[in-house]
Amino acid sequence: MNVSMTVNNTSYERDVEPRTLLVDFLRDDLGLTGTNIGCDTSQCGACTVHIDGAAVKSCTVLAAQADGASITTIEGLSINGELHPMQRAFTEKHGLQCGFCTPGMIMTAVKLVESYPEPTEEQIRHGLEGNLCRCTGYQNIVQAVDEGARLTEAHSPFESTPAEHQITLREAERRAWERSRT
Amino acid sequence: MTTTTERAFGASVARKEDARFITGQGRFTDNLTQPGMVHMAVVRSPLAHARIKGIDTSAATEMPGVVGVFTGQEMADAGFGGIPCAWVVPDSDTVTPPHPPIAIDTVRYVGDAVAMVVADTDANARDAAYAVDVDYDVLPVVVDVRKAMDPDAPQLHEEAPNNQCFHWVVDGGDVEAAFASADVVVKETITNQRLIPNAMEARVALARWDDAMGELTLWVTSQNPHIVRFLLSLDTPVPEHKIRVIAPDVGGGFGSKLAHYPEDTMVIFASQQVGRPVKWAETRSENYLATTHGRDHIAEVEMAATKEGKILGLRAKTWASMGAYLSTASTGIATILHGLILSGSYDIGAIHEDVYGTFTNTTPTDAYRGAGRPEAIFMVERMVDLVARELDMDPVEVRRRNLIEPFDDGHEVATGLVYDSGNYVGALDKALDMFGYEDARKAQAKAREEGRLVGIGVVTYTEICGLGPSEVAGAVGFGGGLWDSAIVRFHPTGKVTLLVGVSPHGQGEETTFAQIISDQLGVSVEDVDVVYGDTAKTPMGWGTYGSRTTAVGSGAIMGAVSQIKDKGVKIAAHMLEAAEEDIEFSDGVFSVKGSRADGKTIQDIALAANTAWDLPEGVDPGLEASSFFNPGNFVYPFGTHIAQMEVDPETGEIDFQRYVAVDDCGPVINPMIVEGQVQGGVAQGAAQALWEGAVYDDDGNLVTGSMMSYAIPKAEFLPNFELGKTETPTNVNPLGVKGVGETGTIASTPTVYNAVMDALAPLGVQQVDMPLTPERVWTAIQEAQKGGQ
Repeated sequence: MNVSMTVNNTSYERDVEPRTLLVDFLRDDLGLTGTNIGCDTSQCGACTVHIDGAAVKSCTVLAAQADGASITTIEGLSINGELHPMQRAFTEKHGLQCGFCTPGMIMTAVKLVESYPEPTEEQIRHGLEGNLCRCTGYQNIVQAVDEGARLTEAHSPFESTPAEHQITLREAERRAWERSRT
Repeated sequence: MTTTTERAFGASVARKEDARFITGQGRFTDNLTQPGMVHMAVVRSPLAHARIKGIDTSAATEMPGVVGVFTGQEMADAGFGGIPCAWVVPDSDTVTPPHPPIAIDTVRYVGDAVAMVVADTDANARDAAYAVDVDYDVLPVVVDVRKAMDPDAPQLHEEAPNNQCFHWVVDGGDVEAAFASADVVVKETITNQRLIPNAMEARVALARWDDAMGELTLWVTSQNPHIVRFLLSLDTPVPEHKIRVIAPDVGGGFGSKLAHYPEDTMVIFASQQVGRPVKWAETRSENYLATTHGRDHIAEVEMAATKEGKILGLRAKTWASMGAYLSTASTGIATILHGLILSGSYDIGAIHEDVYGTFTNTTPTDAYRGAGRPEAIFMVERMVDLVARELDMDPVEVRRRNLIEPFDDGHEVATGLVYDSGNYVGALDKALDMFGYEDARKAQAKAREEGRLVGIGVVTYTEICGLGPSEVAGAVGFGGGLWDSAIVRFHPTGKVTLLVGVSPHGQGEETTFAQIISDQLGVSVEDVDVVYGDTAKTPMGWGTYGSRTTAVGSGAIMGAVSQIKDKGVKIAAHMLEAAEEDIEFSDGVFSVKGSRADGKTIQDIALAANTAWDLPEGVDPGLEASSFFNPGNFVYPFGTHIAQMEVDPETGEIDFQRYVAVDDCGPVINPMIVEGQVQGGVAQGAAQALWEGAVYDDDGNLVTGSMMSYAIPKAEFLPNFELGKTETPTNVNPLGVKGVGETGTIASTPTVYNAVMDALAPLGVQQVDMPLTPERVWTAIQEAQKGGQ
């Protein structure tokens, strides 16, 4: 079947098997391998991307469901070579070791601090419950998210549709479902 | 970041490796493709023990996209042998049964490979794998490490009667006399449950066979590509010099990517058969079955002590599961890496342990972060607490009365090891101070009066790592060396490439090794590129495990650094028209003593050496040095960890309240990175105490077979850890550094466990099997209260 979507501000149209997961579409069809696959049961969160402004595990979505959506992956987070504040925070606070969970962790964190611009430690730890890391014990990730929140200005230039930040995951899923019916 | 006035050694330099990971440019094996590449899927046994009566591949062969379906017999016919075990422990009766990469007549665990399918896409290969029809005759199953040795237990290998892989003994001092003269003897059965490593990246292998050149390239998620190449030269028909093994970015290992796996040879065979590059990417569900597990270790332990709390002896009978086959290093873990460190941080006059390795119908075991040492330190530290409880003494006081006095030039313990250096009391005092131990005990007493179950756990550990002297490796049956290597290469512009035989995969040596070069040779960290993980680029070396990368790898780097300095002095003396003995070198400048301003920078020397227009007589062109370092001993990091936990008596839930860790790994190259290692290690060890455990049912099905049922800690589970350090250098390597990759894991399991048992002490509970789930803790509380009525 034919799907089209905007990924990192570039429009793509591809013919895919109906069963193709979004994460496989991104990796295999578009060559965007920054989004990693760490499990097959939607626990680890390594594959988290932004779909229409919400952080979503891209293994839980079919490519077909994302037809017409606007998607940001880790490769699209920095603009003109300038790192997103959350990317800088992860390296400054040593929030990564092997780096495998990192893209998903950063994509989740970017949305987390949009919901909680001045997050408490508890809010950060709870907000990361869908992302597993085996290396760091999370301590420096929590600090990185806190630092990332501090570095991210109220109106970040990195995503141009602030209103979209406010939609819930449920809303993103509803939209995906609607798209899949049309 | 470093400045010209700040030493790179000891600075929290931001990691060089981060840039690619935070932007999604990591070079993980599954991100790689090759022209014409096809995909392999593995047909795995759904039964834990069965005879293979027949394999029908005809339907699978007809499936869309399939280019080949192969069985174990076909691999054997093509000259592919069994997967070797690289560690046969001497002074034992170790049995090494055959381990075909694909089972030929019998499967011995759920997940054992029975066939492989190669197809144009990963999805098509997996679809076709389901269409392979295998006819099995079911055999009886044993999964329990002790029951495996029962006379009527099902037998896994005819070579191993009673499923016994080995019986190994460590013995030092007069144990009988120690126990005969003791005032108190405490006993406990201690289970270090089976754990599943769960590196976030599962395993991947990509083979490209070049028929015209007779050359093989294998990209693989490995902690030690040179060992993989060495072993591939034994179990494939390809000679070692025609094999190139590349471990690109590897997404965590924790020991589970140490082994040489069957899938390594399967993709090689497949690539030879279909004439195209073949990739296999393990799914997480497969990873739970097919990647090695850790621990699975039961010990009946006794400790003898005087009424003053002086420990006289330790005695244990231990069973360790090897799983269904021997993995690369499995036999060494429950023996050498375990039994020899049973003295911990203490002067214990007599130690005896019998270890039985057994085969069970389970996934093979191998190293998992700490590998043998967590089991040993748990045993020692738990028994010390039981002695304290028996004598009604503070567990800190019992430790103080037994800790080895500070030493800096060797201390022999009853098991025969000679520890390098230590100041155990120093680390203890610092940790007690950070924790506010006395106040915490007072607060605990008050809480207990209120009926609250608050506990404090203390551990004063010493571990053995930095593997290790190659002579010892040979003496203990390890099938390789444990030295390591480095090449320091100065380019004409003064930039440096450092090639190393170790193979980090998240530990940060791309940065810390550059810091060593920067500190020693006066080039900036940015000007040093650290290259590892490719047997065609790097010198032979033994990889990254056993906290050896910095302890051994830095020794090789320092050897090369020394040669560079010596050559630099010769060239500088020539350029400055001075005598060599008048040249000094500091901060990257060679100069005549007292006239630094007229000196030559190391970049000047690099250009002069590489152009060779005017070198002194007898000096060869180029500025490059190669060094091999074989350490004279292991290194022995140590420290004190203290935790506070509170148990909810109504629910059995545990509140993880505080954790203080003081670790001593010698001089610290990069505090930020060392703290990261400790934090991650503590989290993994605490997870063993509280949440993680692999469970098999009686039929050998892995009940905890996915991330849905196996409790990997999340951010919410853990508090912030409070870290401190002391610095006691070792004399084993030039920089005095010890390893730190495993200390957190080794120390934290008994620390957390001791804290929970301390919380439950008022109820009389002293033992609950790990992991300490609310259900188990609640049940223990209920039973204690029933018993008390």
